[in-house]
Order: sequence, then C-alpha cells, then structure tokens
Amino acid sequence: MGSVTATSPRLVAGFAAEPQAEPRLRVAEVSLHYRTPSGDTFTALDKVSFEVPDQQFAVLVGPSGCGKSSLLYLTAGLNEPTSGEIFVGGKQVDGPGADRGMVFQGYTLFPWLTVRQNIEFGLKRRGMPAGERKDIVEYYLNEVGLHRFADNYSKQLSGGMMQRVAIARALANDPQILLMDEPFGALDSQTRLQMQQLLLRVWEHSKKTVLFVTHDIDEAILLGDRIFVMGARPGRIKEVLDVPISRPRNLDMVMDPEFIRMKRDIFHQLHDGPDEH
Amino acid sequence: MSKRNSWLNRCLTPKASIPMPVIWSASTLAWALLIGLWAVLSYGEVVPAMFLPTPGAVFEAAARLARDGTLGTHVWASVEVVMVGFVISSVVAVPVGLLMGSFRVVQAFLEPLVNFIRYLPVTSFVPLFILWIGIGLEQRVSIIIFGVFFQQLVMIADVSKGISKDLINASYTLGSNRADAVLHVIAPASVPGILDTLRVTMGWAWTYLVVAELVAASSGLGYLSLKAMRGFQVDVIFLAIAVIGLLGLITDQLFRLLRLKVAAWAQ
Repeated sequence: MGSVTATSPRLVAGFAAEPQAEPRLRVAEVSLHYRTPSGDTFTALDKVSFEVPDQQFAVLVGPSGCGKSSLLYLTAGLNEPTSGEIFVGGKQVDGPGADRGMVFQGYTLFPWLTVRQNIEFGLKRRGMPAGERKDIVEYYLNEVGLHRFADNYSKQLSGGMMQRVAIARALANDPQILLMDEPFGALDSQTRLQMQQLLLRVWEHSKKTVLFVTHDIDEAILLGDRIFVMGARPGRIKEVLDVPISRPRNLDMVMDPEFIRMKRDIFHQLHDGPDEH
Repeated sequence: MSKRNSWLNRCLTPKASIPMPVIWSASTLAWALLIGLWAVLSYGEVVPAMFLPTPGAVFEAAARLARDGTLGTHVWASVEVVMVGFVISSVVAVPVGLLMGSFRVVQAFLEPLVNFIRYLPVTSFVPLFILWIGIGLEQRVSIIIFGVFFQQLVMIADVSKGISKDLINASYTLGSNRADAVLHVIAPASVPGILDTLRVTMGWAWTYLVVAELVAASSGLGYLSLKAMRGFQVDVIFLAIAVIGLLGLITDQLFRLLRLKVAAWAQ
C-alpha cells in the first residue's frame, strides 16, 4: 500500500471527534468474502469502517470491484457481511427495512403499478390511511416533476423519469437514510446532468442523509459533502475528502478551481495507486 | 427510395413491417388455399366422397344438426367439461405454481414428482380412470385435469421464478415482508405469464377432452364424431373437427382480450 492509503480505523478515529452522539450511519470493521467458483476466497471488502452523520450527503467513489455497491447492499440489509457490524440510527442492521430506502442502478419500478401507485407502495405496506398517502404522493410527484405522468405505467416512461419515480418512492417512505447505487449510471449524459440538478434541489428540501455510490468523479464532487475514495483488491477506503464547496450548488461549479483541484486529486487517487492493475 | 419501400421489397426483408392489407391478404390466402385444395379433391372426386366430404356437404350437415338441436347439445356438453376441468385445474395450479417458483423448498418437494407425472401419457390413464370413476362427466373432467394441471404447475412456477430479484429487493427496502414480496410483487408481476400459460394449456384441455370423449362418453363433440364414424358420416366428423377448432380459436381470442385488459401494463 502506498502512502495515501490510510487504513480505515484511523479515519474513524478522526470522525469520532465530531460533536455527534450517534452518527446516522456507522459501518464498523465490515468485511465481505466471497467464495469464487474456482474455490478461492475473494475479499470484496476488508474491514471497512466509516461514519455518516445526520443530514450528510456521503459519496462512495471507486473503480469497479472495489465493493462500493456491496457496501450499499449490506447497509440495506439485502446481504450479510462476513464480519463486522452496521448501525443505522443506532440500530444494528439485521435484514432489509423501510428505514433504509434504496434507489437501484437498474430500473426497479413495479411495472404493474402506475407512477402514483409506485410512490405509494411503501406507505401502503405500512397501512397508512388513503388520505395521508395522497398528500405525501402529491408532494413527491411535484418534487420530481412528474405530476403529468402520475397515472402512467413505467413502460411509458423514459429512463430518467423512471429513476425520478424511484427517488420519490424511496423518499415518500421518509427513511433514516437514502441509499443510491449509481442511480444515473444507465442514463445518457444530458439526462444525467438534469438528474443531478434535480437531486441537488430535492436534497436541499429534504436534507436526508444519503449514501451515494458512483464511479463518476464529477458526480461525486457535485453532489457530495464528503467523499470516500475506495480501492479494489481488497475493497477498502483509501481516502476521505470533504467537499469545501458551499450549497446550494448548481452545475456551474464544475468550472470552479476548487472543483477542478478536487477532481485532479481524486483522479490520481483512483488511477495512480501503486496497487492498481 | 420508392423501390426500397415497395411492399414486395418489405415482404422480402427480414423483420421488416408490412402494410395491414398485405397481412390480411396473406392470412386469407392460406385459408383460401386450404379450402380450395379441399374443394378440388372432393368436388373433382379425386378422393371418394366416403372418405372426403365436399365443403357443401359439411355445411349441410352443420345446418341439419344445428336445426334439430344436436349440435348445440354436443357443443355445450363439451364446453361444460372443458370449463369445469380447466377451472378446477387452474384454480389449484396458479397458487401452487406461484409458491413453487417462490420457495425453493416447495420446488424441491414437488418438482421431481411433477416432472415424473408430466411425462406420463394421459391416454394411458384413461382405462384406470374409467375403472375408478366410471364413464360420467367426472371421468372426462379428471382426464382434463390430469392432462393440464401438471403442465400448468411447471409453467407457472417458471413464470414466477423469472421475476427479477431486483424488484423483490426494491420491495424489501420499501418495507415489504416476505409475505408482501409474494403477494404484492411476485404474484402481480406473474399475471401476464400466467395468462399466457392458461391460454396455451386451454388448447391442451380441448385435446384431452376429445380423447376422453372418444373413449367413453354419451355426449360431446368427440362422441359425435365417433358416432359419425360408425355410420360412415364423414361430413359430421369434419363438422365436429371444425367446431372444435373454432371453439379453440374463440377461447384463444378471449384470453388475448383478457390479457390486454388485465395486464395492459405488460402488452
């Protein structure tokens, strides 16, 4: 490991100085091992520890195979770590739950439901009365600008629209943390910019704690308060960077010298590491 | 430009769409050819009338049997047996198939047995069923159920097994429990595939009906054609076959309509 490769426990010690009693998300010494078909053990994550305080937009950025998506699935409770613990709101993660909303990389709208019914899905599972549901759905339809499409099925929507519904659907549940797994990765670059702008605006309103996974450095800096740069083989956190650019943000900031400096920094982290292949 | 877009050229291009009139003409042509060949062979007396009736003779038989009510009685007798057998089979196969596709343990429990039974020829069970149940309506219904149920089970299990894990995961992150995942994700997502399965197996139900009626029945279209064979009424045999085909076509279209209506989101 090179000199930039700070080990995760030391980073945690750094964050612990923050005046927060219990962070919204605490990942403690989480490892994930796979057995490959050839019988070898593959270390997807190696004792990863980090914390995300309340109302922070945290971004995991890294090359493919660094385990960033695995971390999200572990936090969502959709997969179990080999060792280590994850706490959300002080409660240890033990299986999936509505307190951890997730926006997936692929399109996961329920195609037999309309946009409105998709947003309503979690509220209905909770047994919320129809009147209350309606207010929440209306609010989020407006937030993501899909009022006109409220009664459309997902096959009538574009990729960007589907991800907007997915964001609304996750937020409607008012989760403790919003997990986003490269949600704009499948979109064309123009739509992606629009979606980033929309997410910035929605986030300003909700100030929801977010853990966002991407391999796009611009996206990480544009959206994040704090960026965890990850490395592969084994998957681990190499560097933690705070984004010193004030909010509310807009797309113009990609020309900001501070932005470009950070971008260069992260670029070198990702591509010049002594352990990259 | 105009040459590339000519309908003839489009007909010869793989996967190219063709104008509606061409589609209709092609479909009509197939029928015209079949009926034309039939007319030439029968009216031209290439095949003796004892073996191949003329189209006119079949129409006359249809008119005769429709007038005296025989046709209606036999059609209704067959439709009743098919419906009863098919509905009983489907009502059980849909939920069990969904469970089989959703839970590995149900699959492990049922699959080897079902696959064994599935490959047994239904016809070999007819004597046994006659021995057990007699030759009444129950016997014919049982044969249809036996012929259709196990196929439906496997096909519906496959449909529900194919539902994307991502949809189920998404529902978990929205607060679904495991029962919700089956009832509110796997079940509704399987509806188009289930309707397709029902449409296909409905055709098989008609096949087994005729098998059952040929062996032991006192009414129904299979019985009608068996009786006609004994009296060398080849025109009535043709009529029975045509009516079965027509009924099959109608149920097939009904299922298409139902799918458009119930699963408009999937089309």
